[in-house]
Amino acid sequence: MRFAFVATLILTMLSGAARSFEVEDHVIYRATPESGVLRVISTADRDVFEPIILAFQAENPGLTVDYTIAGTSDLMQAIHVENAVFDIAISSAMDLQTRLANDGFARTYEDADTGAMPAWASWRNQIFAFTQEPAVLLVSDAYFSPGTAPRTREELIELLRADPERFAGRIGTYDVRRSGFGYLMATQDSRNSDVFWRLMEVMGRLDAKLYCCSGEMIRAVSDGELALAYNVLGSYAALQQDKIKGFQIVEFEDHVNVMLRTALIPANSQNAGAAQRLIDFLTALNQRPDLVEVSGLPAVNPTLLQNNTALRPIRFGPELLVFLDQLRRSNFLRNWENSLLQN
Amino acid sequence: MKPRGSIRRRLFFQLSGVAAILSLAFFLIVRVVAERAAEGTQDDILAASATAITDSLRSEDGQVTLELPYSALSMLQTVHQDRVFYRVVAAGETLTGYDDLPVPDPAPTRGQPVFETIYYRGDSFRVVAILRPLGPASAATDVVVLVAQTRLGLEAISRQITGVATGVGVGFFLLATALSLWAAGSALTPFDRITGSVLRRGPKDLRPVTADTPAELVPLVEALNNFMARLRASLLRTEDFITEAAHRVRTPLATVRAQAEVTHRKLNKPEHKQAIREMIRAIDECSRSAGQMLDHAMVTFRTDSLARDDVDLVALMAEAVERLGPTAELKDIFIRQDLPSEPVPFRGDGILLQAALQNVLDNAIKYSPEDSEITVAVEVGEALRLSVTDQGRGFGDADLSRLIGRFERGGNVGQVVGSGLGLTIANDVANAHDGRLSIANNKEGQGVCVSLLLPR
Ligand SMILES: Nc1ncnc2c1ncn2[C@@H]1O[C@H](COP(=O)(O)OP(=O)(O)OP(=O)(O)O)[C@@H](O)[C@H]1O
Ligand SMILES: [Mg+2]
Repeated sequence: MRFAFVATLILTMLSGAARSFEVEDHVIYRATPESGVLRVISTADRDVFEPIILAFQAENPGLTVDYTIAGTSDLMQAIHVENAVFDIAISSAMDLQTRLANDGFARTYEDADTGAMPAWASWRNQIFAFTQEPAVLLVSDAYFSPGTAPRTREELIELLRADPERFAGRIGTYDVRRSGFGYLMATQDSRNSDVFWRLMEVMGRLDAKLYCCSGEMIRAVSDGELALAYNVLGSYAALQQDKIKGFQIVEFEDHVNVMLRTALIPANSQNAGAAQRLIDFLTALNQRPDLVEVSGLPAVNPTLLQNNTALRPIRFGPELLVFLDQLRRSNFLRNWENSLLQN
Repeated sequence: MKPRGSIRRRLFFQLSGVAAILSLAFFLIVRVVAERAAEGTQDDILAASATAITDSLRSEDGQVTLELPYSALSMLQTVHQDRVFYRVVAAGETLTGYDDLPVPDPAPTRGQPVFETIYYRGDSFRVVAILRPLGPASAATDVVVLVAQTRLGLEAISRQITGVATGVGVGFFLLATALSLWAAGSALTPFDRITGSVLRRGPKDLRPVTADTPAELVPLVEALNNFMARLRASLLRTEDFITEAAHRVRTPLATVRAQAEVTHRKLNKPEHKQAIREMIRAIDECSRSAGQMLDHAMVTFRTDSLARDDVDLVALMAEAVERLGPTAELKDIFIRQDLPSEPVPFRGDGILLQAALQNVLDNAIKYSPEDSEITVAVEVGEALRLSVTDQGRGFGDADLSRLIGRFERGGNVGQVVGSGLGLTIANDVANAHDGRLSIANNKEGQGVCVSLLLPR
C-alpha cells in the first residue's frame, strides 16, 4: 500500500499543467487463451492485491489483467487530467474518488450486485466501497506494557504532557503534505473533535517525526525507534503484526476514522463489462474470508460498526470536496505546519 | 317513434367530460405547484450554501481569501447523491473552485441572487450566483459565489409527484365517471316512475297522473293530464251520444214493431206477410243493437270508476238464470244449475257482472236447439269460475279471439238475431275485474263452454 503525496495535485489539475502520472509498478496477469483485457489502476501494493486478482481471474477465465500501481494523486492525475485509458480505478483516497465521480469521470453501474452492502458503501452508483480500514495508534512494546496504552486522544495528550523527556523525538505521524491518506485522516479528525489541534500542538512540541507511509511508521514502532505512531492504517498494521512483533494496535475509544477503499469505472473504460464483474467480485469480498485473510483487507462489515460506535466510517458526499479546495487545503496545511513544525 | 339522442347518454358524457377537464386541471396544477415548491426548496438550499461561502470570505491585506466552510457543501448532500460544483470569482479572477462553471447572464447584483438552470458537464444543473462586495466601501472588490447542483432529487420528486398526480387524477376521473353514470341514471328516475305509472294503467284508465313529479317535469305531466282529460271528455261525449242515440232509436222502433205486427195479422197475401216478417226481423236486429249498445256504453262508463261491492257470485248466477228462465222455457230448454250451497263472495260491480252473465247465458239459449240442456256452474278453484255450457251448434271453426271483438258475429248464426256485442261486454266486464273470459268448444259432444274467470 502506498499513499503518495497529493500536495501539488489540485493546482496541477486546475492549471492543466502537463505532468505525466508516475507508475510505481506494472504487472500483467496473462490468461491463455486470452479473450479480453482488464486494465486496472490501483493504489494497492502487488502483494496485497495479487490474491484477489488471481481469485477473480479464476472465476473469469480468459481475462488478462493488466495491473498498474500508482499513488493516489498519480491515479487522480492519470484519470482526471491525462484521460489515460483504464477500465477500473481502485483507490484508498475516498475524497479523490468522490471528486472523480462528482466531476463526471466515473461511469454509472446501476445494477451492481451490492446485495448485502449498506447504502453508505456506495455513491451515485459510481463509487463502490469494498473494505473498511481504520486509522489506529501504534504503541511500541518497549514503551508500553500490555494494558497501559492510552485509550483516548485526551489520555494520549495527558500522557505526552506528563512525560515530555520520555517522548521527545519518539512519536510519529503522517506528513499530511505528502500523504493523501494522512491528509484525509487529519482533516476528518479536525472535523470530528477539537482535541485534534491540541494533539498536533503537543506532538509539535515533542518534535514529532513525519512519515510518508504507514509501512515506515510500523517498522519504526516495532523497532522501538518510536514510542508511538498516530493515524496509522490499521489494516496494514494488522497484516504486519503477524510478521514483525514489538507493537500493539490501539483503536481509540473516542472515535476512530474508518477509510473505505473504493473502486470506480472511469468514463473512458473500454472493458466496462469486466470492470463491473470485478466490482461485483470486490463488493462480495466479505463472503471470501480466505481472500480477506491473505490480502489483509478487511471487508465492509456493518455489524462491526454497529457493535463499536467509536468507529466512524467516512461518508461519501459533496462535503469530501471541501478539503480538496485549494484555499482550504493551504489554510489547513498552514495551521498544521504551525502546530507541528514549531522548531 | 324513432328516438333521437339520449338524455342519459348526453348527461353522462357531459358530466364525465367535465370530470376529465377537472382531472386534467388538477393534474397540471398539482404538478406545477409541487414542482415550483421542490425547485424553491432546492433554490433555498443552494442560496444557503452560497451565503455560507460568502459569509466566510475575508479580505486580508487587500487580498480576498476564503476558508470554504464544511457546511456549505455538506448541506448539499441529498438522498439522490447530486453532483455539486462551486466557484468563487473575485474581481473577475477565479479564486477557487471550478473555473469553467459559467457565471449566469445577467450577473447577480448586490442583494439580488440569480438562479438559473444550465447544462454543464453532461447534466442539468441548478445554479445560484450571489454577489458580495468585500473590503473598504471605497475600494470594494465584487466577489461572485456560484454553487451548482444537479437536479436528480428534483427530478425524482417530479417523477413521484407526476405519478401521484396521475394516479389521483385518473382515480378522480374514474370515480367521477362512475358517479356521473349514477347521476345520469338517478336524474332520469322520475321519467321511469312516470312512464311506469302511465304504462301500468289499464287501456281505459284516463285518470290524471298523480305520481311524484319533479318541478321540471310538471309541465309535461300537466300537458299529458290535460290531454287525457280532453280525451276522456270526448270519449264520454261519444258514449253519451251513443246512449242518447240508442234511446232515441229504441222507442220509435218499438212503435214501428207493434204497428208491423198489427199489419202482419191483417195481411193475407203470403208475399206481403213475408215482407212484413223480414221487416220485423230487421227491426228486432236494430233494437237488439240499440239495447246492446246501451249496455256496452253502460259497461264502459262503469268500468271507469269500478264499484267494489261485496257480491255473492252464486246469487248472481241464480238471478241471471231466473231472468232468462222464460226465454229458455219458450224453447223448452232446461237450465241445470250446478251451484254450491254456500255463497261465493267477491268484491266487484254486481250490475256489470250480471250484464256479463246474462249475455253469456243469452248466447247459450239463442244458439241451442229446442229441448236441449244448459248447465250453469260456479266453481271455486285457483280462480273463481262462472261457466255456462250448452249443447248447441258450437262455434264451428270460427276464430275464437275475433268473436270477442265489437260487432263481430260468427258464421254460425243463421237466422238468430244479434248485434255482435254480447261477448265484448262479457269480456270487458271480466277484464275490469282483473279476470278474463274463456271461450271454447266442448271437447266431447257438441256445444260450447263460456266461462268468466275472476281472481280470488
Ligand atoms: N253459445 C254459443 N254457441 C254458438 N255460437 C256462439 C255462442 N255464443 C256466441 N256464439 C258466436 O259468437 C258470436 C258472437 O257472440 P255475441 O254474443 O258477441 O254476439 P251475438 O250473440 O251475435 O249478438 P248479441 O250482441 O245480440 O248477443 C255469435 O254471433 C255467435 O256466432
Ligand atoms: Mg249474444
